[in-house]
Amino acid sequence: MYDRSAKLAANGVVIEYWMQRSRTLFTAVQGVDLVVRTGEFLAIVGPSGCGKTTFLNAVDGLIPIASGSLTLDGREISKPGPDRAMVFQQPGLLPWRTVLGNVMFGVEAQRSMGKQEAISRAKQQIDLVGLSGFEDAYPLELSGGMQQRVNLARALLTDPEMLLLDEPFASLDAQTREMMQLELLKIWSKTKKTALFITHDIKEAIYLADRVIVFTRRPGRVKKVVEIALSRPRDLRVKRDPQFLTYEDEIWESIQEELAVPAERLIAGMPAA
Amino acid sequence: MSIKEADRANPVTAGESDPTRERRSLVKPSRIRQYEPVVIGTLSVMFVLTVWQLVANARIYSVLFLPGPWDVAQAMVKLFQQGDIWLDMATSGQELAIGYGMAIILGLVIGLLMGWYTRFQYAMDPIVNFFYSTPRIALLPLFIIWFGIDIQSKIAVIFLGALFPIIINTMAGVRNTEAALLGVARSFGASDALIFRRVVLPGSVPFILTGFRLGVGHALTGVVVGELIAARHGVGQLIAIAGQTFQTPKMLAAVILIAGTGMVLTTILQRMENRFQSWRPQIRR
Ligand SMILES: Nc1ncnc2c1ncn2[C@@H]1O[C@H](COP(=O)(O)OP(=O)(O)O)[C@@H](O)[C@H]1O
Ligand SMILES: [Mg+2]
Repeated sequence: MYDRSAKLAANGVVIEYWMQRSRTLFTAVQGVDLVVRTGEFLAIVGPSGCGKTTFLNAVDGLIPIASGSLTLDGREISKPGPDRAMVFQQPGLLPWRTVLGNVMFGVEAQRSMGKQEAISRAKQQIDLVGLSGFEDAYPLELSGGMQQRVNLARALLTDPEMLLLDEPFASLDAQTREMMQLELLKIWSKTKKTALFITHDIKEAIYLADRVIVFTRRPGRVKKVVEIALSRPRDLRVKRDPQFLTYEDEIWESIQEELAVPAERLIAGMPAA
Repeated sequence: MSIKEADRANPVTAGESDPTRERRSLVKPSRIRQYEPVVIGTLSVMFVLTVWQLVANARIYSVLFLPGPWDVAQAMVKLFQQGDIWLDMATSGQELAIGYGMAIILGLVIGLLMGWYTRFQYAMDPIVNFFYSTPRIALLPLFIIWFGIDIQSKIAVIFLGALFPIIINTMAGVRNTEAALLGVARSFGASDALIFRRVVLPGSVPFILTGFRLGVGHALTGVVVGELIAARHGVGQLIAIAGQTFQTPKMLAAVILIAGTGMVLTTILQRMENRFQSWRPQIRR
């Protein structure tokens, strides 16, 4: 059953949280089936709270799955590994380290690179994300967009096979976000890494991805898969392409159905407070 | 224009403007601003001393009751001319160095362990809370029974005085490590040892130094009260005798020595704290 073209394969993945206060299990993700092909850029969209972050954390190996199977190159994921690297929603930078020190933190934690090599490679990576000149700046001296560049560079420096991105641009203003999307695509086409990108921004998903997967409301499942047949390289103008707008409508409708849930069903599904 | 705005306006070519120069031009205060704290602080002290001197000069009260700053200064000079003060200072200094030094080392170790190992914290919490909520000085009579009136009993009370604030603050520092940072470290497969050294420890430094600073106050209280009650030598003992013999200026001179020690130690720790926090952008006024 193992699909050779699959980098990541999820089969019936269920993820549960133990709610200490109510002493119950809370299902955040309910039977996700999906495949991320090698070299593919896959985006997951879905209403907020539907379990996107939870699923991505499981792919990263930070949290266990309750049932189903989640494999990377055919091997079950059980813990974080150097084959994956996460770009977090919150940049998570060490405030007492400079940009250079933060970019090096990933390889330092993995012990995968000597110090001298790490420094010179980190500098290249900083160039790649457009931060040259800021090597010695501290995170608190950077804007949100620049912090996310550091976050991205830190992940890239570990040279993972698969890049996991959890709404990395969600907290940025609209213009910075668009620039970052453009840059990310440039970097992705240069590095050819498999990417799993999570967002709640439909335009962002379509603009970036080869395929967009829509999650249902919580507990999250795959609701819809949309192939994005827009040619690459894509510049920002593609967002006004009629085909783009068609995709956007299709996905928007699909998410609307999830949001328009009778109130009693929402309440029934909520964890006891 | 701040760096933040520069990035907004021109996000892709972030490297174009010289970041270092920009940063410096923002932070560097004018010459007067730079010395403002010292100048205003000095003026304020001079004002207080002047008022004190004027009130004392009015001689509504006797010198015994209210000596002026000038009387205290003269007493201070005399104190150092007589020479006994050196033995007193050496004694108190020794007590402080040993007691406070041990408190720093042990407090740091216990605090870090309690912050890192939850079970160790469960084991230690009742004990630490007991001592933290007790005035440790109340144990002095016991220490005198155990160790006599030489420096050992004072060392014990200084040690216990400073130990618990250091433990509590160090532990709080470890416990306050940002969950997001731990998540990042785990995601990159960091070992526990690396997480401790590179994430938890540097993040705890401000808390630890705050603990050290609080410890100074408790340690000095231990010196003075310990020696007031029973001692052969020491600045606290000097205060006790000067007080009992109505040498009020001399007594105040000794108090100033203690206060000066506290201020010096606190300032050193404050400097260290600022040094470790150099990554924090200056608050612009
Ligand atoms: N650590 C946790 N403990 C308990 N419940 C959680 C935890 N993290 C997330 N959840 C719950 O799981 C659901 C999915 O959360 P999340 O994966 O963060 O959603 P998304 O990223 O799609 O917005 C939410 O209802 C959230 O409240
Ligand atoms: Mg999320």
